[in-house]
Amino acid sequence: MATEPASATLRPTRPPFWRNPAARGIIYQVLFVAVVVAVGIFLVHNTLVNLHRQNIATGFGFLDREAGFGIGESLVPYSPADTYGRAFFVGLLNTLYVAALGIVLATVLGTLIGIARLSSNWLVSKLSQAYVETFRNIPLLLQLFFWWAMLRESAPAPRQAWQPMGGVFISNRGVNFPVPQADPTYHWMLLALIVGVLGAIAVRGWAQRRQALTGAPFPAVWAGAALVVGLPLVVFLAAGAPLSLDWPELKGFNFSGGHSVSPEFVALLIGLTVYTAAFIAEIVRAGILAVSWGQNEAAQALGLRPVQTMRLIVLPQALRVIIPPMTSQYLNLTKNSSLAVAIGYPDLVSIANTTLNQTGQAVEGIAMIMVVYLVISLTISLLMNFYNRAVALVER
Amino acid sequence: MTISDGQVPIIELRGVDKWYGEFHVLRNINLDVGKGERVVVCGPSGSGKSTMIRCINRLEEHQRGQIIVAGIELTSDVKNIEAIRREVGMVFQQFNLFPHLTVLENLTLAPIWVRKLPRKEAEETARLYLERVRIPEQAEKYPGQLSGGQQQRVAIARSLCMKPEIMLFDEPTSALDPEMIKEVLDVMIELAEDGMTMVCVTHEMGFARTVADTMVFMDRGEIVEHGPPKEFFANPKSDRTRLFLSQILAH
Amino acid sequence: MTEATHELPLPAARPPAASAGPLGWLRANLFNSPLNTILTLAAVYLFVVTIPPIIRWAFVNAIWSADSGRACRGDGACWAFIAEKLRFILFGRYPYQEHWRPLFVVVTFVALILASCDRRLWGRRLALLWMGGLAAVGVLMWGGILGLTYVETELWNGLPLTLILAIVGMALAFPLAILLALGRRSQLPAIRAICVAYIELVRGVPLITVLFMASVMLPLFLPTGVTIDKLLRAQVAFILFSAAYLAEVIRGGLQAIPKGQHEAADALGLSYWQRTRLIVLPQALAMVIPPLVNTFIGTFKDTSLVIIIGLFDLLGTTNAALTDANWRGFYLEAYVFTAAIYFCFCFFMSRYSQMLEREFNKGRGR
Repeated sequence: MATEPASATLRPTRPPFWRNPAARGIIYQVLFVAVVVAVGIFLVHNTLVNLHRQNIATGFGFLDREAGFGIGESLVPYSPADTYGRAFFVGLLNTLYVAALGIVLATVLGTLIGIARLSSNWLVSKLSQAYVETFRNIPLLLQLFFWWAMLRESAPAPRQAWQPMGGVFISNRGVNFPVPQADPTYHWMLLALIVGVLGAIAVRGWAQRRQALTGAPFPAVWAGAALVVGLPLVVFLAAGAPLSLDWPELKGFNFSGGHSVSPEFVALLIGLTVYTAAFIAEIVRAGILAVSWGQNEAAQALGLRPVQTMRLIVLPQALRVIIPPMTSQYLNLTKNSSLAVAIGYPDLVSIANTTLNQTGQAVEGIAMIMVVYLVISLTISLLMNFYNRAVALVER
Repeated sequence: MTISDGQVPIIELRGVDKWYGEFHVLRNINLDVGKGERVVVCGPSGSGKSTMIRCINRLEEHQRGQIIVAGIELTSDVKNIEAIRREVGMVFQQFNLFPHLTVLENLTLAPIWVRKLPRKEAEETARLYLERVRIPEQAEKYPGQLSGGQQQRVAIARSLCMKPEIMLFDEPTSALDPEMIKEVLDVMIELAEDGMTMVCVTHEMGFARTVADTMVFMDRGEIVEHGPPKEFFANPKSDRTRLFLSQILAH
Repeated sequence: MTEATHELPLPAARPPAASAGPLGWLRANLFNSPLNTILTLAAVYLFVVTIPPIIRWAFVNAIWSADSGRACRGDGACWAFIAEKLRFILFGRYPYQEHWRPLFVVVTFVALILASCDRRLWGRRLALLWMGGLAAVGVLMWGGILGLTYVETELWNGLPLTLILAIVGMALAFPLAILLALGRRSQLPAIRAICVAYIELVRGVPLITVLFMASVMLPLFLPTGVTIDKLLRAQVAFILFSAAYLAEVIRGGLQAIPKGQHEAADALGLSYWQRTRLIVLPQALAMVIPPLVNTFIGTFKDTSLVIIIGLFDLLGTTNAALTDANWRGFYLEAYVFTAAIYFCFCFFMSRYSQMLEREFNKGRGR
């Protein structure tokens, strides 16, 4: 008689819960969360007690109170009679404004320097390397102080302002330049611009289809650029070239008319641009180098011209490597704009600082700043993740 | 030195010298390749064999001497270089397929942008050559999804789509796993039997014996010996050739 | 018919004159195309226009000693200002007679950093060296024992403060960062969620807000009556801030460890913590040393922000030196001098990390 294998009668026994990995995992998590929550409660309790003791209000009611302080420059109308909430809004706009400008300028400058670093010309390559090493290894705040001091102390008084070109005045009160006065023609020009952009897209589509059918290439990029630039220009000229500028004029001790930006703004913009461009240059360089030289050789061997090689082979691959760290630098630039508080440009952090000094409600003020920056960061991270997934190289 | 007298060689190298800085990498190279001739170049590493064939399509620049391909002299004149590159196809050791394009797009890229063919015609030619290298079903895949042997065959098809007169091979099987070398060599043998002019740098002596019309042995930058494979393998005239063959044919 | 050429190798000839030697180098590197020729000429023009005036300002017309600001005004740099303010910029309001102590501290830190570059010392010896060094720094700066007079943290200014904030910040952030990185990769969802939340929160906000938080809110977090001095608040801010960035760097290293390592450790019967401590972490940390050094360079530069919360690091003392009524307007000299100090530290460390990266790539046969 065959003996039954013992295993047929054994059922897997459940280990006691302290040896069961799943149960252990739950216990660890519960303990961990409990500790975190306990610490959190401790801190919050202390904070409330301390705030109460110092007679500081809590809550966001202060946002509806009158601010009582002026703001040097603002993109939207603001007066000291407006609320703290409005002041915050002005600060937010200022932050976004300087960050957006800085990102555009830094990208252009950084890309140029990155490409220069790869130049076969030894002098150009070494000069860009010197630029990168210099501005990367000095703290941004020091650079900001430097530009600010230069604009405040070395720039002359408005009466002796520098005039690099007609109508543009650089003095220790800022930079003044002429702006065109509003004219209906500009609306038509905007329309022409939109038509031009749509036309450029249409031309590109038509050129691609034509090339697929007949093989004949068409310079769609140049044609598109001509449309985008040319159509508004035609409208401008047809209307008689109306360009009446609002010139800054010296009245008394300062300028009036035209548009002016403060030394603080200029210093912040220059500092952020020059500093971030150094990092962007290295990113662009690394991206282009990441495309192996064999790709270039295969393209050359097939007979592709250098411009074609760059456009069809190198750039698509390089951009995949460049864009993630580039967006990270954009984020850094936006966060670095908070250094405006040190040189007196009224950005979000600066205004929040003034507010929390006046109301004493530090917790709310700081929390608001953090939330704003967090929203910006997380949005950009999400977009970055989408982009990465969309262009990932397909592999096994 | 031509394969059959009276025929004009399709590749001529006359007194070609090249330096990398102070290092003399090609020394007085003289070589003629006739139309339809299959030349296999062998030699120890550092002998300049890759450099020599890369000079033929201007991936490297020679400093002295003349290189004439399909009747066009190779100078710094961009027009000449482009004309020569249209007639010369190259297969690399590292394949160098474009990873961001599908196999089909890899093959149609140059015909569309260099020969200015319509897309449909380019794709028909591409599918034809994919059939010839025996992987028509991979057309929509990306290079990263293929094996090494398949990638190299795609690379061969990519060069063939430009309908070149001459095919250059720079150690095409050196980066492949052993079991994939045969599939690539088979394709190259078929190509040779169809009458393609080939200059091939390789260590695969079995392939050389089957396919080559002329064996060329290079050492330290110069051509030491060349001739038909039968005599080259059986009766090498130079001691250096003998030494090299003994090392490479040991197993 | 086989033809053989010479038995002996051809002698190597010299390359044509125009393509080698200094003339060849010039042709290949500066004038090898019409565009490059234009660029070279433009660069040379730029040099000629900017370098001589700078040399004239910095050296030829410079004034090297003067009694007061008024005597020092001229066409050139006033290096007398630096000479006058040197000890203030470097050490701030630290008691004048005790300046040897912060000087020793700076020397100790520099020596420790240089020692850490030597691969042979890596390991337990280096850790002990650092602990000893930090203890020495503490004793020297505070005093109060061994016959040294006590100096409160309020008076710790200048370069020693910069170094302390950066180095102590990174050192203490390190264990926290390791825990965060491990936690972020944990299989337990609650732990992972909290670690991710911390890291993303801290990385998403500017350093200045963390400094504000520490400076303003930390006193509120503590029970009534407990005070915490300003330096400690800033130090905590740097620790918390650096930990998040370090955690991401370490996580990169952890991700690069092949699964086979974990599996081999499991097969040998090691527990999670043993496997992490003995197998995974040593390899992961060794791999990410270059980005770790880069993070340190970033932290070093970031210490300059403490001026905004009222501490006087190297940048703070420089700014303070500029407010002297007798010496007004020498901001160019002051900032150039301070920038040079920062540059020396940062450039040296970045070169070192690049060298490490090159060696590491060589070892992996890239």
